[in-house]
Amino acid sequence: MKVRCSFQGGIHPSEEKISEGTPVEDLGVPERVVVPLSQHIGAPCEATVSPGDKVKKGDRVGQATGFVSVNVHASISGVVKSIGLFPHPLGRPLPAVEIESDGEDAWADHLKSHEDYMDLSPEALKEIIRDMGLVGMGGAAFPTHVKLSPPKEKSIDTFIINGAECEPYLTADHRLMLEEAESIVAGARIAMRSLGVHRGIIAIESNKPDAIEKMTALTEDMPELEVTALRVRYPQGAEKQLIKTLLNREVPFSGGLPMDVGVIVHNVGTLSAIYKAVRFGIPLIERVTTVTGSGVREPKNLRARIGTPIKVLIEACGGFSADVGKVIIGGPMMGVGQYSLEIPVVKGTSGILVQPLSEVEEGIAHTCIRCGSCIRACPSRLMPTILAVFAQREMFDEAERYDVIDCIECGCCSYVCPARIPMVQLLRYAKAEVLARRKKAA
Amino acid sequence: MWIAVFCLSGLGLVASLGLGLAARRFAVEVDPKIEALERVLPGVNCGACGYPGCSHFARALVEEGAPVSGCMAGGEDTVLAVAELMGVEAVIGEKRVAVVLCKGGRGESKTKFTYRGVEDCKAAVIVSGGDKACPHGCLGLRTCERVCPFDAVEISKDGIAVIDPEKCTGCGICVKECPKEIIVLVSVEKRVSILCCSREKGSEVRKKCAVGCIACETCVRVCPFDAISMEGNLAIIDYGRCRVCGLCIAQCPTRAIEGRDWPFPRVEIMDDRCTGCGICTMVCPVDAIEGEKKEVHKVSEDRCVGCLLCIDRCPKEAIRLRAPAHSASELAA
Repeated sequence: MKVRCSFQGGIHPSEEKISEGTPVEDLGVPERVVVPLSQHIGAPCEATVSPGDKVKKGDRVGQATGFVSVNVHASISGVVKSIGLFPHPLGRPLPAVEIESDGEDAWADHLKSHEDYMDLSPEALKEIIRDMGLVGMGGAAFPTHVKLSPPKEKSIDTFIINGAECEPYLTADHRLMLEEAESIVAGARIAMRSLGVHRGIIAIESNKPDAIEKMTALTEDMPELEVTALRVRYPQGAEKQLIKTLLNREVPFSGGLPMDVGVIVHNVGTLSAIYKAVRFGIPLIERVTTVTGSGVREPKNLRARIGTPIKVLIEACGGFSADVGKVIIGGPMMGVGQYSLEIPVVKGTSGILVQPLSEVEEGIAHTCIRCGSCIRACPSRLMPTILAVFAQREMFDEAERYDVIDCIECGCCSYVCPARIPMVQLLRYAKAEVLARRKKAA
Repeated sequence: MWIAVFCLSGLGLVASLGLGLAARRFAVEVDPKIEALERVLPGVNCGACGYPGCSHFARALVEEGAPVSGCMAGGEDTVLAVAELMGVEAVIGEKRVAVVLCKGGRGESKTKFTYRGVEDCKAAVIVSGGDKACPHGCLGLRTCERVCPFDAVEISKDGIAVIDPEKCTGCGICVKECPKEIIVLVSVEKRVSILCCSREKGSEVRKKCAVGCIACETCVRVCPFDAISMEGNLAIIDYGRCRVCGLCIAQCPTRAIEGRDWPFPRVEIMDDRCTGCGICTMVCPVDAIEGEKKEVHKVSEDRCVGCLLCIDRCPKEAIRLRAPAHSASELAA
């Protein structure tokens, strides 16, 4: 099979997919879950339950507010213990619903299945997708129904099914493609129907030949779906880079979106969840997440309920194997370091990476030697070195002119920097300031 | 040699003539008042007046009628000088200084994680809100120190920003820049501050910091002037009522309340002037003054809190300040 390679920049870190051969294991019902009311990009939910209420698996506990917002649901059956501020993977305490299990794990009785789901209208499909709390499961957690509702003036011609999984260590999507390929394809067809698109590309990095084979075999008699192997290059799975590789189209600078070039990209995990939501009426209450790294005894791919504390997942993998250096939610490149093991698994938790103390380097930032490595590595074709200086000097107008907004925070610049300058943090700082200024001006 | 001398002199003459003519011909007319104002303004371009710099403010004074007391950085002298140039009466507001409402240095407060990143508070808060366990803790990464145009902020050995009230002009730049929003402007006279911003429950605060406000309400009870109230687990001083007696400072179990130059002076009565009118006994909120009518009154050393209400009211000016009887360490013990 021809392997595509064409986006500029990027890096190829050691892949470390140590858990790729481990089938997904069901974690079961935890004793208690903490379901954050804000698990997506956009307006947080409002709680619809109060302490003491009995809930069943699949009951709604948070109501979406506004268009860019989705519901959240109880992931176990039990009693609502409290509603308050709880630790969140984003770092600051956020409102969440704490549910204590009654051990029954009983489904809510109002779940509606649709056998003839392909006959539903696009609007009805989007409505179900929204009600079931679906968000992008690749990590960013952007509400799925919003992505499926592009404005009328943007005509969409291609749908990309993102199975690249370019982050080192993570294997959740890989396992999903092997074990639930049918539901991914079905989910893709639902999404394509609701968008009215007739061309879908399943994009998989060439380091997952078994997944490519499986998907190719499955889509053989589906002319609208094709499978493409991608060169192993980080960040191949980032939307803009994926579109450039597959279609040679460039998403415009200064905050352009894939829909501007007629493309919608969805992660394989999201599509599998779409199928389950539309076909069986199951809300997004669990996800597959990779618990990995040399800091855990047995790296695994676990199907965990949303709201399960990461402590439980790490224990299910045999606990820590050495003194812990870092626990990261997400992958090593874009993940966020955590300071508490009480943090719950949320809809966007693609992995939990545990690094032992011996692997954590104490990087001391030196002065920029102007080698330009970061400029070569930047897949967004920015100049991280200049932007970092602007951030340090608080020259945010200049940073905006140099398109800091288009930074995708992939971490390539920090990875290659020989002076160990915390590039991504500086760029994120500049981005935050630029966005705050725009908001103020508006 | 003479040729060179003549040539150079000639050149100099021609050039100076040209420059002289140009200076006349192309002179930019500036209101002399603006120039005079620029001279009296501090020239640090801090922007606290709301204009980009001192010369903009000078122009705004003349052309837009900006308030004469607009320059916070220059202090009283500048305001007086500006008012004189503008030919108006100066209204001197109270001098305010910035105070960092956090005392939990690296020794006293806990951290959530080890932070290794950009040395800047605003950049650090993007990373899980900074490394301090307390969400309102001073990160001590020098953002305020860097932005202060007057060099008034220093990071203590313990990693807490401390503002020198002598150098601080109350321009308020640090107040705006602090991402934790824990710097406030307080009148320089009000030397008592509760150095904590955490509205979490007392038990939570205790877990995270040894010197935070734990909402025990001791200060609320001890204040003779009802100047302290609780706002969601945090004691807040109403400076309109505070008489800077410092009773709360001595009583605070976590030492979260601090006073500049504490203990504050107390009062004593000059025997030769006191007529025993008894007004002071009536105004004293802590019953520290005793004495028979028409006899010389006495101030109880232990009870007087130095609120100075009696000094204001004594018709004979018989009451004066004296140094406090106890040192800070004695009171703290």
